[in-house]
Amino acid sequence: MSGGRLSRWFDRKGWTALLIGAPYLWLVLFFLLPFLIVVAMSVATKTPTAPPFSFGGEHPVVNLDAYGRVLTDGLYLRAFLTSITNALVAMILCLLIGYPMALGLTRVSKGWRNILLMLVILPFWTSFLLRVYAWMGMMGRNSWFNGLLTDSWNFLVPLDWAVRSVPMMHTNFAVVLVMVYTYLPFMILPLYASLERLDPVLDEAAMDLGSRPWQVFRDVTLPQSIPGIVAGGMLVFIPAAGELVIPSLVGNASSPMIGRLISDEFSSARDWPMASAVAVVLLVLMVVPTMLYSHFQAKSEGSK
Amino acid sequence: MNRRPVFLITVLCFGFAFFYIPILSMIVYSFNASRLATVWGGFSTRWYVSLLSNDQVINALVLSLKIAFVSASVATILGTMAGITLARFTKFRGRMVFSGLVTAPLVMPEVITGISSLIFFIILADWIGWPGQRGFTTITLAHITFSMVFVTIIVQSRMLQMDRTIEEAAMDLGSRPWQVMKDITLPVISPAIVSGWLLAFTISLDDVVITSFTTGPGSTTLPLLIWSKVKLGVTPDINALATLMVVTVGIGVVAAGIILNRAERRRLIEERMAHERDG
Repeated sequence: MSGGRLSRWFDRKGWTALLIGAPYLWLVLFFLLPFLIVVAMSVATKTPTAPPFSFGGEHPVVNLDAYGRVLTDGLYLRAFLTSITNALVAMILCLLIGYPMALGLTRVSKGWRNILLMLVILPFWTSFLLRVYAWMGMMGRNSWFNGLLTDSWNFLVPLDWAVRSVPMMHTNFAVVLVMVYTYLPFMILPLYASLERLDPVLDEAAMDLGSRPWQVFRDVTLPQSIPGIVAGGMLVFIPAAGELVIPSLVGNASSPMIGRLISDEFSSARDWPMASAVAVVLLVLMVVPTMLYSHFQAKSEGSK
Repeated sequence: MNRRPVFLITVLCFGFAFFYIPILSMIVYSFNASRLATVWGGFSTRWYVSLLSNDQVINALVLSLKIAFVSASVATILGTMAGITLARFTKFRGRMVFSGLVTAPLVMPEVITGISSLIFFIILADWIGWPGQRGFTTITLAHITFSMVFVTIIVQSRMLQMDRTIEEAAMDLGSRPWQVMKDITLPVISPAIVSGWLLAFTISLDDVVITSFTTGPGSTTLPLLIWSKVKLGVTPDINALATLMVVTVGIGVVAAGIILNRAERRRLIEERMAHERDG
């Protein structure tokens, strides 16, 4: 009988507990706990020991020096500013390029649409690192692409301004360009999803009532695609602001982005409390756009 | 609506040129005979030949595939459980925290996930002596954690589209919850589980940042190897390696897309025929 009771218990409670418990426990152990350790680490004191931190002893238990430095040291403020500017510019460019592309995708025939959507998604599956690398090959001083740009520049401007090559690598311009390249699919897909749902009858009605095409776009299409714009914008902005790989490979070392600063503080300077404090501040800055994003998500779910 | 959207088509053409020209350029230059990666010096396959005899690359590839296989499999199991949980159990204590935990790794910058995992593993080793040496185990654990949430999202959205009446019918006929899961729910959501596994596999295979923090001496995955070489600049052998990777993945994705598409179409046809028979 006890076997029967056990299996009844399993059916009623144990099964659900297992289903919920296993992933829950995993995320608490390997995601939440490490994150809480980082938050605690941000108020620890750097020591020359291994591991290089301490709470208490001759040091204060809660040491806010790292936060003080984030808010006062120009290096960190500049890095935050560079990150946010680069991410914002990349986001706006992605929107300007991605919106007409997404709209175009809704206007082509069904057969073409599937092929083109596949071509938008394909880069998702190929290595991120290699996509950045592909642009390193394009931007280098001796590359055919840089040669093409150099020739066009020299053709267009007076002789005094002629250059031997266009300085592209190791600039903020390169960072933004490669960010737009790698994150553009994140913008196109949610925009496409929200534009595809629109009823073409509304467009036709507006046209019949005498609206010009750009008025139809402004008054009918654009307002209805705002959830897609917000979703795409956040999907570009959030990873771009914390980006490490792109600025490390094509960025300007003298104006680092925040992701690179965290990594350098941690690995080179071995200042764990400092790296953690910068990380916490970055996350706090990210919370605002994330809340905005989920607010819009909830709203668009509700209106469906 | 009969006007041809000339402007939109033009932007699409430029957009796709922007997407694919850098990759095509890289592929072309992988056949460059010259040692200077960006100056054309005639056609050659020498970089491919030297790549195939490079043990470092082969070892890194094998390690990456092992980690990706193990982490994708565990992530798929945990992620599927979480996806089912979020779609089916709308009320349980701690659901808010749970759905937060599933979303957070998606928006967390990789650098932060990386250092928090590393600090966690170091402190853990300091306290309980495990994990002793960082490498395969620590990389795999970190990969499972951040790729399982992608599986969760895919499975959850499939579950929400699913017709619940079949499950309820099986319950009414006396099936036990785990039998319903095994015989009905899992077969129905199996395409989502397969795409979840594939996504987790490629995410693991591709990761640089989190791997670079959780790796240890002697454990160099393929992306880490490429990362360390690429930092020094563009080289023809990396062009060749990149070409092989991009072409392999490209063919794989297109093939998978076609297969999944066919399976989905067949399912729809079967469903319709079943309906017609009944009606």
